[in-house]
Amino acid sequence: MAKTKSLLASDRPLTIEETYNARPRLWWLYTLIVLIVAALLSWSGSSITYKGLATKGMTIAQGIGNGLLHPDTNLLFNLTPEGVPYQLLQTVAIAVLGTLIGGILAIPFSFLACDKIVPKWVAVVFQAIILGIRTIPSLVWALVWIRVTGPNAFCGVVTESVCSIGMICKMYITAIEDIDTRILESLDASGCNGFQKIRYGILPQIIPNFISTVIYRFDINVKDATTLGIVGAGGIGAALIQCMNSSRWSMVGAYLTGMIVLMIFIELFSTKVRSKLARG
Amino acid sequence: MKKKAAEAAVKTPLFDRIFKPRTVTLPNGHTVQRPISRTPFIAVLVVAVILISAKVTGFDFNIIVRRFNQLGYILGRIFHPNWSYFRGIWNEADHANTVKLFNALFDTIKMSIMGSVIGATLALPIAVLSSTNINKNGVVVWFLRIVLMVIRTLPTLIIAKFAALIFGLGTFAGTMAIIVFTFGIVAKMMYESIETIDMGAFEATESFGANKFQAFWSACMPQILPTYLSYCLYSLEMNIRAAAILGYVGAGGLGILINEFIGWRDYESLGAVLLALFVVVFIIENTSQYLRKKLS
Repeated sequence: MAKTKSLLASDRPLTIEETYNARPRLWWLYTLIVLIVAALLSWSGSSITYKGLATKGMTIAQGIGNGLLHPDTNLLFNLTPEGVPYQLLQTVAIAVLGTLIGGILAIPFSFLACDKIVPKWVAVVFQAIILGIRTIPSLVWALVWIRVTGPNAFCGVVTESVCSIGMICKMYITAIEDIDTRILESLDASGCNGFQKIRYGILPQIIPNFISTVIYRFDINVKDATTLGIVGAGGIGAALIQCMNSSRWSMVGAYLTGMIVLMIFIELFSTKVRSKLARG
Repeated sequence: MKKKAAEAAVKTPLFDRIFKPRTVTLPNGHTVQRPISRTPFIAVLVVAVILISAKVTGFDFNIIVRRFNQLGYILGRIFHPNWSYFRGIWNEADHANTVKLFNALFDTIKMSIMGSVIGATLALPIAVLSSTNINKNGVVVWFLRIVLMVIRTLPTLIIAKFAALIFGLGTFAGTMAIIVFTFGIVAKMMYESIETIDMGAFEATESFGANKFQAFWSACMPQILPTYLSYCLYSLEMNIRAAAILGYVGAGGLGILINEFIGWRDYESLGAVLLALFVVVFIIENTSQYLRKKLS
């Protein structure tokens, strides 16, 4: 150690070999990480045991493969409410309304949970509420709301609105914290009133961020909405799980194909819009 | 001249060709073109989408207003958790309940740790192979990216359901589902960040005579390792929450208890399960965020 220090302190540029000898040595950190991971793995491995395939495991795997390769085209292009297109439309509709309402509800929450704006203790209380909302899984939220709305697509909308709040708030808060307040000072200096300061100083800074967040969450919500059907909250999930339970693999294939195409389409759309928003 | 005009026409967006920009003459005699605002069109589109969605989902705000008290019924019971699930730690009488809850909780944690580690390990080589700056073979890159995209579109619960059907009920199926899910997401985030690294060191190492693997190992690994570890921790955070509901389709962990208590309408016990989950998620998120801050 003393040797490297004296070398670094000298005025002449270091030779390659000296620089190489003075390189940071983090082997103890790597060893520690490897040891911790190994310990965690051996602890986790203790209760996860491979008990072989289920009795019909192989047939089911084959069925899934066959179904995906030969989807039920009748169902795939059927325009009645049982058909794939309508189910997908409903799923997207749930996600659209859920994300929108969640995005609006998140605005007051995120301002109240931002400790730059409100007193510290208020911020902490609201942060705890947001974490609580986020921890309850969406399936449980759906079951709670079913009591209010009944088992239909509307339940999915309310569930998605509540579930979205958590993550949207987290990203809104970062956007609010990043606001450049010096702009407000200069607007003040040029004689703007309070409304004008918000309109020209704050909104242009946060709106692209907020819209980008909402579109990102929309992407997640569509994926979430496909599973809400499992508990009866509308969307494609109900039909999909029923077909899986009764081993109608070609129908499963049709629903999955529809879902995959829809999700890829939405992901491309959301990436494109968000990169446009980021570049202005 | 003609060619230039054609080029200009290609560059004007379709919107501006349909709705011609207004020409404004400035006081100094110059003219500028002011495109028509797009806001009204976007607004009309958004309103139309909202109306269609409301129609399809049967949106009715009255129902919420009328039956809102029903929400308080279940939530109220969830917020009065059944403490016997925690009392067993010091009280013999409630021992069975506590063991049941903590076994499920540890199963969930184990599933997510195992799944995250294996999934993230598998993701690294695939991410390297699907980043355009290292793998010059376009066909392989696009093939891998399409596969990753398809994997990412499948919801975790559906993967878990498939796994439970194939491997039988239990934690193994859940671990498989988490491996697939983590693999898809970490591989995507990794190839995106591998593409942003500085390739100068890679080329320099290659010019010394190192082969591609050696060059990657000594020039690129140090650059991507912190990001990689940070993504691993991030996926662990997500997986804990995802693993908690996998049991709903029979893949082990807390989800089994959640399913059971909802079936019995035992919302106080459900509250205990959710409280345990809340504490674990809180601890793991904070630890992981602290570590990620250290890494960056």
